[in-house]
Amino acid sequence: MREIEARQVAEAVARLCMEANYDLGEDVLKAFRDSLKVEESPAGRDILRQLLDNAKIAADERVPMCQDTGVAVFFVELGQDLHVVGGGLIDAINQGVKKGYGEGYLRKSMVGHPLERKNTGDNTPAVVHVDVVPGDKLKITIAPKGAGSENMSAVKMLTPAAGVEGVKKFVIDRVREAGSNPCPPIVVGVGVGGTMEQAALIAKKALLRPIGQPSKLPDIAALEKELLESINKLGIGPQGLGGRTTALWVNVEIYPCHIASLPVAININCHASRHKEAVL
Amino acid sequence: MAEKRITTPLTDETVRSLKAGDRVLITGVIYTGRDAAHKRLVELLKAGKPLPVDLRGQFIYYVGPAPAKPGQAIGSAGPTTSYRMDSYTPALLEYGLKGMIGKGMRAKEVRDAIIKQGAIYLAAVGGAGALIAKSIKKARIVAYEDLGAEAIYEFTVEDFPAIVVDDVYGNDLYEEGLKQYQRA
Repeated sequence: MREIEARQVAEAVARLCMEANYDLGEDVLKAFRDSLKVEESPAGRDILRQLLDNAKIAADERVPMCQDTGVAVFFVELGQDLHVVGGGLIDAINQGVKKGYGEGYLRKSMVGHPLERKNTGDNTPAVVHVDVVPGDKLKITIAPKGAGSENMSAVKMLTPAAGVEGVKKFVIDRVREAGSNPCPPIVVGVGVGGTMEQAALIAKKALLRPIGQPSKLPDIAALEKELLESINKLGIGPQGLGGRTTALWVNVEIYPCHIASLPVAININCHASRHKEAVL
Repeated sequence: MAEKRITTPLTDETVRSLKAGDRVLITGVIYTGRDAAHKRLVELLKAGKPLPVDLRGQFIYYVGPAPAKPGQAIGSAGPTTSYRMDSYTPALLEYGLKGMIGKGMRAKEVRDAIIKQGAIYLAAVGGAGALIAKSIKKARIVAYEDLGAEAIYEFTVEDFPAIVVDDVYGNDLYEEGLKQYQRA
């Protein structure tokens, strides 16, 4: 059994919190540049240029690209032959969030009780999803999630008869309703199948797949392409001021489901489509 | 797209000169406020009590900035989504607030109040927090320090970039943009 210290986990998490908020992925930057070539709206092009400038300032000056540095959401793959010693895994992640958000001058956005709404002051607790996998490694992925886009999420339990048309309608209607709120150009994560909570989880996980990389399943890749084209015909455009670039990409993930169910979830990411990973 | 320089506090003449789609650069003082601060402000108005900041003639910028690094006036400071403030905004406009800066669509009640009270709603580029922070030269907390990122700050800004969304004539840039670029 391989052992790693909880404090190593905390250190890695602290670093990931900062890097994810300072450094936008090359896939997103490329998508901005590609969109500039096709965007018809002058205001839209101006906004895309501002987003590129903003990302450069954030990376150069080591400041967050967006003030909403988000809920610290983690996807963890824990090798079953690995043992975290000297403290609990979840505690270690929260220690890392506290350190990273503090030392990184990141905004603390968590309230401890959703109705009393008093800020916890250190952006904890994180939201952590752990999968146990073969091997002796620990893979930690952070995906800080701002509320502007997260608030536009939705889950719907369709009937099997609704089929792929029902899924498409749900996704496109939701993006239309979201309009300018989630800071377009957006990345759209869609989860189809599983149960209610599984659909929501895979919709969020879908946001981790790089822009430009379609699903490995040909029918799902075709659905992603069709959804992207339909969304970009809505006319919402960068920041909702009108234009061609409403979404940069659509990622659809699927999971088996009950004979009587067709759950579908949508999780929208803003243009600050942030995620960073580390393997310990 | 016309580009206009405006200064605060806002006059009726300035408000009337702005049209949906105009790009503006704001210089002067603007105040911040978001969910929790709005709740407190409107409770004071309902109770007939004075506000901790005189917002008459002023802008409220919907923002919860990131903390300033040493040497910075303020951390990243892009707009937050405006609709969460919709239920509070008509009361603040009636009191004398002249403008709001945020992102996203407003409720009909807000747009009606903008026309009735002679006010203006602008959008800043959501998520461009590092870029926008460059135009904020000074920042100090003036009320509700206990709210942390939701405290009311006074920002001194130079050429703060925004775009007019809802003007006093009832135009809305989001609606116009959609109409222009929607495809069947």
